[in-house]
Amino acid sequence: MPKFKHALVKRSPMDMFAQVIIYILVGSFALITLLPFVYIFAGSFATDRELIERPFFLFPKTISFNAYKYIFDNGDIFRGLRNSLIVTVVGTTINMFFSTTLAYPLSRPYFKGKKFIFAMVLVSLLFTAGMVPNYLLVANILRLRNTYWSLWLPGAINMFNMLIIMNYFRSLPQEMEESAYMDGANDLQIFTRIMLPLSAPALASVSLFYAVSHWNSYFGAMMYISDRRWEVVQIMLRRIIFLTQSISSETGIDWGLLGEPPEKSIRLATTVFAVIPILLVYPFIQKYFTQGVMVGSIKG
Amino acid sequence: MVQFVGIAFYYMGFIGGWMGVHTKARLLQPRGITIERRGTSTWRRELSAHAWLYVFVVPGIIYMLIFVFLPLLGLVMAFQRFSPYSGSGPFGAFIHSEFVGFDIFRGLFNGPDFWRVLRNTLAINISALIFYFPAPIILALLLHEIQNQAFKRTTQTIVYIPHFISWVIVGSITFQMFNAQDGILMMLIKQVFPNMPNVLSTPGAFIPMLLGQSMWKETGFGTIIYLAALASVDPQLYEAATVDGANRWQKMWNITLPGIVGTIVIMLILKLGQMLNTGYEQIFLMQNSLNRSVSDVFDTYIYTMSIINGNYSLGTAMGLFKSVVGMLLVIGSNSLSKRFGSSGLY
Repeated sequence: MPKFKHALVKRSPMDMFAQVIIYILVGSFALITLLPFVYIFAGSFATDRELIERPFFLFPKTISFNAYKYIFDNGDIFRGLRNSLIVTVVGTTINMFFSTTLAYPLSRPYFKGKKFIFAMVLVSLLFTAGMVPNYLLVANILRLRNTYWSLWLPGAINMFNMLIIMNYFRSLPQEMEESAYMDGANDLQIFTRIMLPLSAPALASVSLFYAVSHWNSYFGAMMYISDRRWEVVQIMLRRIIFLTQSISSETGIDWGLLGEPPEKSIRLATTVFAVIPILLVYPFIQKYFTQGVMVGSIKG
Repeated sequence: MVQFVGIAFYYMGFIGGWMGVHTKARLLQPRGITIERRGTSTWRRELSAHAWLYVFVVPGIIYMLIFVFLPLLGLVMAFQRFSPYSGSGPFGAFIHSEFVGFDIFRGLFNGPDFWRVLRNTLAINISALIFYFPAPIILALLLHEIQNQAFKRTTQTIVYIPHFISWVIVGSITFQMFNAQDGILMMLIKQVFPNMPNVLSTPGAFIPMLLGQSMWKETGFGTIIYLAALASVDPQLYEAATVDGANRWQKMWNITLPGIVGTIVIMLILKLGQMLNTGYEQIFLMQNSLNRSVSDVFDTYIYTMSIINGNYSLGTAMGLFKSVVGMLLVIGSNSLSKRFGSSGLY
């Protein structure tokens, strides 16, 4: 018997080698994932000269805060972050209101008219009018240009997310609802006091899906928001990185004795500002996200 | 907007009044005792017992009517020479624009742009299917082989991060690393291969660049679904195989892969249903005048032609084509995935 156990534990040299290769492959993928972040962060503290002269580094030789000084003096980025925060918080609230109120009746077996509404949901899942009719509706008919309603209303319900919530409502035990009915509760009370609290995990996941997509998307803002005061952070970053040839000509500030603004490190530092909010919340949302992917893949 | 809110409140008030009447009526009746009355339809009883449910669906229905079904009427533009200033009022232009039948489609299918856009879209999606689709599967298989739980959890935490980063940030990072003047990676590459073309503007480098970005951003997060499938593989199978003297590759080939092949097939079929969709937020960012010949896909083309240049009919026609074919693809792939034992998309 001991001999057999030994055979189980012992690994051939070939197997050990494979094991090492696997660790190296996985480890280097993780490293490739991390390196751009490290470089962006390190580079934002470097001087432009060093950025041009040294091919790659994780620590700058001379640490310079000029890029951050410029960004703080300029202040645009904070307006962008604030705008994105407003869009995300209000937008997610609207999403959750519309999605849960539609999902709940659809999850109840005794709800008449379910078939009809399901047909509507299926149409919106399968067929869209496309970009142009939607654009004309928002911009010309509802006249929502340069208001955040243009970012909140058109996507108020993501049908996939709505179906995730619906499936979760469906999976909750019926007894709870029945006993609440016996005690004289109406559907509104059952919904707000029983169903919503019980669905907290699914609601957390879905609201994070909504929130991250609000925070990260730029196409809607590019189409509908042209006023710089209402610029969200993604649009601002796109403008600074992709559309601006030279930051000094863009700002119109006379840098005079200060010399030219540190173009490269300002761009890197702006990217850092756009990345940091996501990295700050990431540890808290990771669990709900992976959980949400699983909830979404299990169908009722 | 103001009118819309007004109408919504008016409707809510209407429902509220109707609710009030019914709640009162119900209060007069002891709960739990249903009085069967001849002539009262079950529909009406159902409505009053669960009146709140009918209130709940109102916002969702209004949303779908305005933002899903109303735009469908706008598809009429595909059969018009639509001019936004041809009529007054919000809908005037749709009524007064000249009706031209299938002329727009004829022009579209006879011109070069449509075929270029279709070819680009398919080229991007087929390359993604070949090179990007297997990436999360491979990473999941590798992660599955790792026994050190701390190492496994740490790498998982790291490789999920880019999924939460916006395309603008991914694009910015790419731009700052690869641009020809001072991009850091570009400088490194140029030291080894002095003749390396400019990645950001060479048409031939466009698709590899997109795939690289997608792999960096989504490979890690894509492993979740496969890792879940792998977790459900019975560990006894591995133990039995070990006792039988199977090595690592034999176990991977005969136990692990069969364990996730169902998931792979379903993911593949669902991907096939999305063959006309591309990540246009990603592509639009990386597009420039030098790579336009390979980078124009349906959504970027529609955006440029219609929203920027104002040719609404062309964009609507192209969007309609994409929607119809896209719907057929989704329906087809869905019934296919049901045949493979999945519950499908709907």
